[in-house]
Order: sequence, then structure tokens, then C-alpha cells
Amino acid sequence: MEEKSKTADQVMLDRMKELKVETMYDRYQAQLPQCGYGSLALCCRHCNYGPCNIDPFGKGPKKGICGADANTFAARHYLRMSAAGTACHSDHARAAAHLLVSTARGEAPGYRIKDVEKLMMVAECFGIKTKDRKINEIAEEVGEMALMEFGKPYGTLLFLKRAPEARQKIWEKLGIAPRAIDREVTESMHRTGMGGDQDYQNLTKQAMRVALADGWGGCMIATELQDIMFGTPKPTQGRSNLGVIKKDHVNIIVHGHEPQLAEAIVLACGDPEVTKAAQAAGAKGVVLAGLCCTANELLVRHGIPMAGHMTVQEAAIATGAVEAMVVDIQCVMQSLADTAKQFHTKLITTLSKAKIFGAEHVEFEDEHALETAKKIIMMAVGNYKNRDKEKVFIPASAEPNIVAGFSHETIKYMLGGKYRASYRPLNDNIINGRIRGVVGIAGCTSPKAGVCEPSYINLARELIANDFLVVATGCAAGQCASDGLMVPEMKDACGPGLKEVCEAVGIPPVLHSGACVDNSRILIAVSEMVKEGGLGNDISELPVAGACTEWMSEKAIAIGQFLVASGIYTVFGMNSPVAGAPDMQRLLTKEMEELVGARWDFEPDLKKIAKMLMEHIEKKRDALGINAKKERKLYDMAERRALERECKPTAHHS
Amino acid sequence: MSKIICTAAIRGANQIVDKADKKLADAIAQKGRDCKVEFPNTAYYLPIIYSMTGVAVKTLEDCEYIMGMARSMLPPLPAEKHWVPYLGHTLDAGMATLFSEEIYEACKYLIGPHPVDGIWLGAADDVIMRERGIEFVDGTAPGFAAIVGCAPDADTAVKIARELQQKNLYVFMQSDNLGVSFAEQLAEKGVQMGWDTRLVPFGKETSAAVYALGFANRAALSFGNVPPGEARRNLLYNKNRIFAFVLALGTGVTDEQYANAAGAINYGFPTITNIDIPEILPTGVCTYEHVVSRVPIDKIVDKCIEVRGLKISIHKLDIPVAYGPAFEGERIRKEDMQIEIGGPGVPAFEYVCAKEIDDVTDGKVQVVGPDLEGIPPGPGVSLGIMVEVAGRKMQPDFEPIFERQMHRFLGEAQGLFHMGQRDMIRHRISKEAFKSGFRIKHIGDIIHAKFHSDFGAIVDKVQVTLYTKKEDVERLLKDVRAAYVERDARLEGMTDDSVSLFYSCTLCQSFAPTHICVVSPERSGLCGSVSWLDGKAGYEINPTGPNQPIERGKTVDGRLGQWEGTNSFIFNGSNRSLEKVSLYSIMTDPMTSCGCFECISAMLPSTNGIMVVDRDFTEMTPCGMKFSTLAGTVGGGLQTPGFMGHSKFYLSSKKFVSADGGLARVVWMPKALKEELGEILVKTAGELGLEDFLTKIADETVAQTEEEVVAYMQKVNHPALALAPMF
Repeated sequence: MEEKSKTADQVMLDRMKELKVETMYDRYQAQLPQCGYGSLALCCRHCNYGPCNIDPFGKGPKKGICGADANTFAARHYLRMSAAGTACHSDHARAAAHLLVSTARGEAPGYRIKDVEKLMMVAECFGIKTKDRKINEIAEEVGEMALMEFGKPYGTLLFLKRAPEARQKIWEKLGIAPRAIDREVTESMHRTGMGGDQDYQNLTKQAMRVALADGWGGCMIATELQDIMFGTPKPTQGRSNLGVIKKDHVNIIVHGHEPQLAEAIVLACGDPEVTKAAQAAGAKGVVLAGLCCTANELLVRHGIPMAGHMTVQEAAIATGAVEAMVVDIQCVMQSLADTAKQFHTKLITTLSKAKIFGAEHVEFEDEHALETAKKIIMMAVGNYKNRDKEKVFIPASAEPNIVAGFSHETIKYMLGGKYRASYRPLNDNIINGRIRGVVGIAGCTSPKAGVCEPSYINLARELIANDFLVVATGCAAGQCASDGLMVPEMKDACGPGLKEVCEAVGIPPVLHSGACVDNSRILIAVSEMVKEGGLGNDISELPVAGACTEWMSEKAIAIGQFLVASGIYTVFGMNSPVAGAPDMQRLLTKEMEELVGARWDFEPDLKKIAKMLMEHIEKKRDALGINAKKERKLYDMAERRALERECKPTAHHS
Repeated sequence: MSKIICTAAIRGANQIVDKADKKLADAIAQKGRDCKVEFPNTAYYLPIIYSMTGVAVKTLEDCEYIMGMARSMLPPLPAEKHWVPYLGHTLDAGMATLFSEEIYEACKYLIGPHPVDGIWLGAADDVIMRERGIEFVDGTAPGFAAIVGCAPDADTAVKIARELQQKNLYVFMQSDNLGVSFAEQLAEKGVQMGWDTRLVPFGKETSAAVYALGFANRAALSFGNVPPGEARRNLLYNKNRIFAFVLALGTGVTDEQYANAAGAINYGFPTITNIDIPEILPTGVCTYEHVVSRVPIDKIVDKCIEVRGLKISIHKLDIPVAYGPAFEGERIRKEDMQIEIGGPGVPAFEYVCAKEIDDVTDGKVQVVGPDLEGIPPGPGVSLGIMVEVAGRKMQPDFEPIFERQMHRFLGEAQGLFHMGQRDMIRHRISKEAFKSGFRIKHIGDIIHAKFHSDFGAIVDKVQVTLYTKKEDVERLLKDVRAAYVERDARLEGMTDDSVSLFYSCTLCQSFAPTHICVVSPERSGLCGSVSWLDGKAGYEINPTGPNQPIERGKTVDGRLGQWEGTNSFIFNGSNRSLEKVSLYSIMTDPMTSCGCFECISAMLPSTNGIMVVDRDFTEMTPCGMKFSTLAGTVGGGLQTPGFMGHSKFYLSSKKFVSADGGLARVVWMPKALKEELGEILVKTAGELGLEDFLTKIADETVAQTEEEVVAYMQKVNHPALALAPMF
């Protein structure tokens, strides 16, 4: 029986130990001590002269065989991580763009253009004519233009112009405004090869450029195009944690990052035949739940329950009640195949670009999405009979609620309704100090942080208690959700100022903004805050910050770097990816501020991170002059006339 | 907690939408789907709906469409647990409320109960909107208080109303608290209500709030040049320019009232109340707080001002009664008056004269004869108000201008009712004012203070002598009358050709950015309140203000009234949107209009002439448009040949459309206008050689269509028939 004080994942960990199911924590222990050279970025195996190591203590070699020094080692490694992260989000985006084109052409039955307003906004941003044209025609052109963003030979990315002008100028001046996404990735790989770019500063500039191609390119294209097809997230009630898995239902878990197939499964689950089949198999129905970012995507758009985040994936199977775990790509551990074997669960891979040895593969194609989805559901239903009822163990009390779906558009709407939607109330309440600032928390969960370490939860709790609004994405959001932080009732855990705002608007103090590609929503939100006025002319002047306490994926590095290169101070927990190269470390954590107005911090002591974020924000508030107490301004007629500038029409996109 | 407010507002919105649906169904059952629906005499249809959606609601069928829209805007009630954000929803529910209530009220005009009933005034027409709305834009009125519910007692109601009046705010009243309304409380105490006193009772139902909010929308459409359908701009214009707020008084707030308050928040109008309800303090949609409650009654007006972010500057006058524009329209009935000054057969006057600087002692206010204590109550009191002013910039030409301002200066004192001018005055002082300590001496104090505050740039010294003995007044009247005669003769001799400078007036550019009035001796500003002399004085008072001298320069076309100087001034002052302007033509480069015109002239093609209609005439005119619709065509700084706005005075000028044939072109005007201008029109017509001209001008009693005008003209042989074709 579970113990009350233990969280669902802790309870499951005990259970898995009992059943002798191997977990990531076991494997992590087996890896210890981890390779010191690797941890410090002082191992290079980019060519077969190597592997070369550099001695961090200065006694052994200071250079690789080719002469590359510690900074070059670290910078090349860092750039490759950024490029790899960018490649992940961007390849995901490419799939979304292809699907948009096939949807527009009517070649992907089941999919449709769901958010026309967003389509028009993106079309306008791309400079596509919309007047007197059919929706599908516009959508097709948007999709094609988006695909061009990956490989166009000339020019920079179209979405860059959604950033504040001051920010665009910084990018131009530094020469880091990204060109085509694939070009930036390819060039990064090229430059990091043996005998290529060997100036750590120059390499890092490219890391910023490729990361910007991620944030303002890949991520943003994925977010916007998926919104067009699957709907822009609106606040919706949902449930989270392993308790969403139901004992008497056929349980299907979708896991990974690309929501195309998962969306089709959502649709297919609505088919009454599915329920009928499940009932025929002796179950009450079918439960569809998500894991990782596929969960985030489905949760923010449809309120589909979220079984958990990255580090919970094995535990989901260990409930013994999952008939099928359907995976697409990214953050899907190979170990699942082994875990699944210990239960009746079918692990089903769906993308030819991401197969797992030992899993069943059902290839997903846009054109046959619904059929494939149905086929997979029926496989799960068929598997129900194989369930070993004795082995079923679901942490009972663990089903906290979530209110999720805080897209940029939603935030605007919820602050002013249809007619007065704007960021004004947010800016106003930051200026008047009710809200001290906004912290975006994003990223992975990791066994390195500790066993079931609630680092994001602790961070978010401390921030909201001190009147900092939190926006969460990815597995950071997943962890916060599991603690019940994402319900409006959590206003009572806030400081008095944030509490008042949460009450006035009806929001949770920790806003779920979606998957890791949806960090692009944060970029748009901060740009809008600048445009709304009163908080400086550039993102770097805003009282905002970013954090990732348990980073794991290369995607996290890309995200962190695009946040920093967009002007947002960002703190990563645990270790620095360039710790063995002092100059490189200094470049990221100090000198970068002079270049782009923001910098990194890496802090192993997770307890210190909240303080660092809050201090940074207070510093920004001081610089803006909004910490100085001001008399209430009363307006006479001349001052009101001056205010009228606000009434003049403004461009409505973004 | 605001969840309570939001839940109540959304619940209220649902009730209101249902109620409006039912009313609309009744109206359709009785009148049919095609039945026309409108608020009286407005070009803005149902103004909230028109300004927010751009939909011109004309029939009951249109109302059905809007009700569909309103219903679709109704959000779900916030869940008990784990609710989704409700602020945006609540604001939308508020808007759905206002759409529904506008339709509800419009249906009342069709099937009753009629909104105009007893003290209740219902919708304000465009005449009022023009006249009063402008005050919100030019700063005369800093905003309005929309009062719902009622004060704890009638005396408190009067106190609150007076306090708001003193702050120059309009008070719009609607809705009740347990059956009692604020307006009824004022009525009980005999407080005079209506647009003139800025105390406007719209209606007892909560839905009458749409008259107040629709008024604000119309101000944005009309003075803010916000196109219909541009909802966000319209609402932001209101947030930034119209400083209004909801003052909820009573013992409780109903769901319907909450729904209306939510609607008002869309405009940036917060709610302040004495009632114990939750607050919404974080800022953003409104300039400051959104709902502030439990405010003690005696502090509530000040709190309203603070929450709305209003800066109100009142010239504190050292007199024992309240003072402000809101009291200008106040009338004093016979039974309430202490004394009546002047009137038929009673010698009395007001006279301003320029003196040498050493002959005036500034601040010397003298009552020669008894003051009020020594004057028996009742009518027939003689009073001579002699104002002697001196200043380096003072000119005798300014005397009549200053004198005309006395009406406003004295009328704004509570308890002082000012009528007439010169030697035809008839003022009343109320018993109430007398009881408060008001004396005749205070008239002098007011004049002294106001001359300094308003004309300080011209006037250095002001001395006032008040003669209360009949024999003194009679004696002085002889000289005063002689001065009037001399003054008139001097003005009458003034023609456009007798001066080399004209004056501009750009007072209205705050809402009509390309419009400029060119004011000449023979063509006054189109609003009727800026004569050439006013322009001259205005320039002296504020050399960088809206009245600038225009050097006429070389004549471009004397017949049309175009000069190089006026053309280049127009070009530069209109943001280079206009190149030429004729002072004497409606057909070639006519002067533009801001929208404040007293009259509109419009060509009637088949008559070979023009019709003239004034603001007070609200019926259909022979050109097929009502004044309100015509105003939309002519206003906004556009040059539209064949249409022109102008003052009443210009009709009697010999330069009235003289390039197009002059007064002889006038073929139709409303009867009342004909009567009002009769004397001077007859005189001008005589001078122009037009015989028996007034009777040849058709009016609504003989012709309502263009064809009928032609028929009448033929009957009376109108001179326009013999003129050259107009185009």
C-alpha cells in the first residue's frame, strides 16, 4: 500500500523495486562515477585522432592532437548540442508543415484547419495575400512557405520580425539573425568538425544563431502550425499523474513529442465503435493519456489527462494497466521495451525515424492517420485480455487537477475579453509591483537531480510565494502539474500581490503553456509585453527570467540559448555543459550579457536558484525605475489627449 | 473575491439576454420582423452595437442577428472548483449584456413601456450629443458618473449630486435599489434635473445604463473619428478621454447590475460603491482599480475621482454657494426666488467698459445702495452692474465679448439664474442662496475672479460697482444705452473688405484634425459662438491658441472669397489635405466643418436652390436626410460641394453664398428657424433687393419633399428659379 506522504512516482518506485523492474535510477547508479572528461566537456571524439582528453587540473595534456584547446573542445561540444536540440524541434516542425500542406490539399483525411484566425495571422506575418482567397489555398501557401524556412537560400527567418525592433537590431549587429534552419544546423555541424572553426567566441556566436533558428524558427513554426491544425490552446480543465490510468479501462499512453498521430488517436477514440469494442473486451471504455510533451500538446488543446513527465515513463508501464504505449519521437527511453516485456504492455513505435529494438512498429502516415490510429487502438483493446489483474497497481490518490492551455492568445484574452484583450493588466501589475516579475520554467526531469526530486515544484512554490508569476512548459510543467500547482485555488499559496491578480483574473499562479516547442509562446509573450509598453524597449529590460533545474536533453541547451540570445537571463541547475573550459564558461555566464543583454547561470545548488532569479528580476525592476514608489497619477485634459495615442490603430498580428 | 462578482455578472448577463430575447419576440409578434427600430433622432443607430460591431441595426430582424451574437458571447459560469480564467469571460458577458439591453430599450420605444416617462428622459438624441458630448472632449466636463441604485436618503442624494455637479461631472442616472432610484430621490427634493443641470435621469430600469454608455460610444464615433466596428479603439478612446465611472449606491447589487458593471469595465469605467461587495483592485482594463467597495458615503465622490484617475481643477471662488458649469442650466422658479432683478419695466443693466489703467482699482467691489437684506423679497428689483476693466491689451472692441460671458460667469453660481443681456436682463436669486449668505456683492466678486481667470491675458484690473437704487440705475442707463448704440454702429459698419486680417479657429481640431474655420467679419464661425471679434480677442488672450490672425494677402478670386493668405493657411493648417477654401461659395471649395455647425445648407438640384436646416429641426428634410444624417455627410473636415455647415448669423450676411447667388438661393428652411431669424433676414433680403422674400421660402408646413418645394416655388415665383443654374 502506498504511504500518504509519498508522491505517486515515489510510490511507484517502491513498487518497481518490489517487482524487480529496473529503472533509470538503477541505471544511473550503475553509471557512477560518470566520466569526468565528458562531464566537463573536455573529451573530443570529433575525429579519429581522438578520443582526446584535456586535463582539467593542468598537469596532463592542455591540447588535443590537432591542437584544439579546452575552450574549443567545450565550444564545439556546446554548439553541437545546440544544433542537435534545434534539429529535434525543427524536424518536428517540418512534419507539422508537411501535414499542413497535405491537410490543405485534402490529402490528410481527418485533419482540418481549426484556427482560421491564427492561419491569417501567420499568413500576414509571412506576407501571404489573404483577401478573397480560400482558406485551404492560404493554408497550403503558409505550409509551403514554412517548409521554405528550412532551406531557403537567402534571407533570414520570417518570424524574427515578431521580436521587438531593438532585439532585431541586436541580432543584426552581432550577425546572429538566423538564416534557413537547416542551413544553421548544417553549418554548425560543419564548423565543429575537425579543422573547422576553432575560435570559441565565434563558435558560440553560431550557437546563438542556431538556437535562435530553433526558438524563432523550428519551435515557433511547430507551435503556430499545430495551433492552426489542432486549435490554439484555451484554458481547459485536465487531470494529471499516474492516477489517470484507470483500472477498469483499456489504457493507451501516447508518449513523445509530435502530436500528429496522437491527435488522430484523440479523434478515433471518440468513435463509438471504440467504446463498444472495449466493452466487448470486458473494459468500461478506453482511457487515452499522455506522457512527456505529447501529453502537454494534448492536454493544452483537448484536456486529455497527463500521466506524467520524462522520469515517470517506466512507472506508467509498471502500473500493469497500460495496454499500449504508443511512442513517436524524442525522450522515449529504449528501456521501455524491457519494461514492457515484464508486463502485458505493447510498446508501439510509429515513426520510421524512431524505432526501438524489440518494439512493435506501426508506421504513421499523414494520409492514413485515422486508420492507423484506429488500428493502434484496436491493438490495445485486443491486449486488454492479456492484462494480469494481480499486477495492476495504480497510485490511488494521485490525480491532481490542472487548468492548462495558456497560449499567448489566451493570456491576452483572459486579461481583457474579446474587446479589450491585451497585456496591459499584466504589465500594469508588474509595474505596480503586485507581480514582481515572470519566470519561465522549462525543461526536463532527471535522475541526476535526485530520486523523484521535486525541484521545479519547490522552485515554483517559492517564486509564487514571493509574488512571481510562473509560466511552465515541457516536463517542468508536468512536474508542477503532478503537485497540483496548476489550479486557480493555488492562489492561496501566493504572496498577497500575485494572489490578488490570480483572483481578479481567475488564473493559477503557475501557468501551463504547453510542450517544449511551445517555449516559442514565451518568446511571443515577452515580445508582446515589450510592445504593450511601460517595461522598456527590449526583452532584456523586462523583469523576467528563465530556469531549467534538471536539464537533460540537447533541446534544453537550445532552448536555454535561444532564451538568452533573445534577452532572457536563464539559470540551469546541476552542471554547466562547458565547466572544464574557464573562458568559455565566462563567455556564457558573464560576457554574453554585453553581447545580447542576457546571460546564463549554472547553479548546482537547486535551493539557490529561486533566489538568483528573484534577485535578477528585482535588479531589472530597479533599472526600469518601477521599484520606486510613485504617487497615483491623476489626469487632466491635456494629459488625456496625450493618452489618446493609445487609441490609434496598431498592427494586430502576433 | 472577484470570482463572486464574475459569477454574478455572468448570471446577470444570462438573465438579461433572456429578457431581451423575450422582449424582441413580443415586438416581432406585434410589429413584424421588418418593423423599423431606432432610438429617436440619431445617425448612430443603436450606438453600442453600431460602434462595437459596425452593424447598423435598422429592423427587428437585425435585432435577431445581434441577439444571436450576444448569446454566443455568453460564457459558462465559473466552475466551483478548478475554474478556468473568468475575467475575459466576464467582460464579454458584460458586452453581451449591453447589446441585449440596447435591443431591449429599442423594443420599448416600439411596444412600450415608453422610455420617456415622467422624470425619465430615455435616449439622448444627436442634438444633445453634439452639444454635450463635445464637453467631454474639450474638457468642460471631465466625465460622468453613472449612478445606479439610490442614496441612503434623499438629502444624501442631493448632497452627492451637488458634489458631482461642483466637480463639473455629468450625472447619468439609471436603475434602482429596492424600488428607489437616485433620480427619484432628487425629484423628491425638488432638484431640477435634465441636460441643462447635468443631472440626467435616463431610466429606472438597469437597462437604461445603455443610454449612458452609448453616449460615450457616440462621443468616440463623432469626436474621436473612430469608425464604427473598431471596438477596441472606441473603448480605448473612452478609457483615455471620457473619464466616467459607475457609482453604485444602495444596500445590495443585483446580478443584472453586476452584468452592467462588467460591461462598463470594458470602457475603462470602474465601479465604486458604498455596498459591502468584493473588490477587484489589480489594474489594467481600467486605469486603476476595477471595483472598489465599502466606501463611506461622505467620502464616496472623492474616492470615485481618485479611482478613475481624474484631475479636476476648480477655481475656488470665495462665495457662499456652489459654483460650476453644471449650475448654469439651473432655473429658479418664482416660488423659490428671493428677488428678481430686471424684467419688463424694471430698469437694470450689465455693462462692461474699457478704462484707462489709472481709473480702475483692481478688486474694488462696491454695492451702492442696499444689499439683499435691505431689499424686500419679490420681483421688480433694479440693478446696474457696471464693470470697469483696464489692461494694456484691452480694447473697446472687446467690451461686448466680455459682456456676453457674464451670462456664463453669473449663471454658474448655484442659486443665481441669469437671463438676457445688456439692458434687457432678468436675473433671479434663490431663497436658498440668500439663506446660505449669498449677497449682491458676490456678483461683483464672481465677475472680478472670472475676468481675471478667463481674460487675464488682456485684463489687468477689474472693478465692479453694483447699483441697487432705482434712481441710480435709471440715471446711468442713459449713458449706457448711448454706449450700446455706438458699439452697434461700429460693428455693423464692419465688412470683410474693411479689415485685412481674418482669424482662424481650430478649437475643434482635437476631433476634426483637418478642419479650420476662417472667421471674417461677415462670416462667423459655423458654431455661432466665434465672431471675428471673438477671434481677435481669443488671439490676444492666447497668442498661440486656436485663434490665429490670417493675413488675407493677394486676392485669388474676390467673387468666391479666396485669397492667397487664406488658401495657404488652410493648406498648412489642414495637414496639407485641403488646398483652397471659398468664404462665399457652397459649390466651389466650400469651407469644411468640424461638426458643430448651427445649420447645414444643402443643394436641392431640381429647385436650382439650397435648403437650410438647423440643429433643432429633427424631422425629415426635402433632401431626403434628417439633420443627423446630413451632419455625418458634412462634418469631419471634408469638402463636399453642395453641402456646407454654417452659423445662423451667416444667413443674414450679404456674403452668404454670394458667389452662388446669395440669399436668393434659399428655397426651404424650417418654420421655427424662419421665425427666429425673421427680422434680420427681412432686413438683409431688403438690402439685397429681394421683395417679400421670407414668405417665398418654403417650410415643412408647405413642402416636405423636393418636388413639393419646386411646386411651392412656382406658386410664389421664387427668385431662385430665375437664377443661372448652380452647376
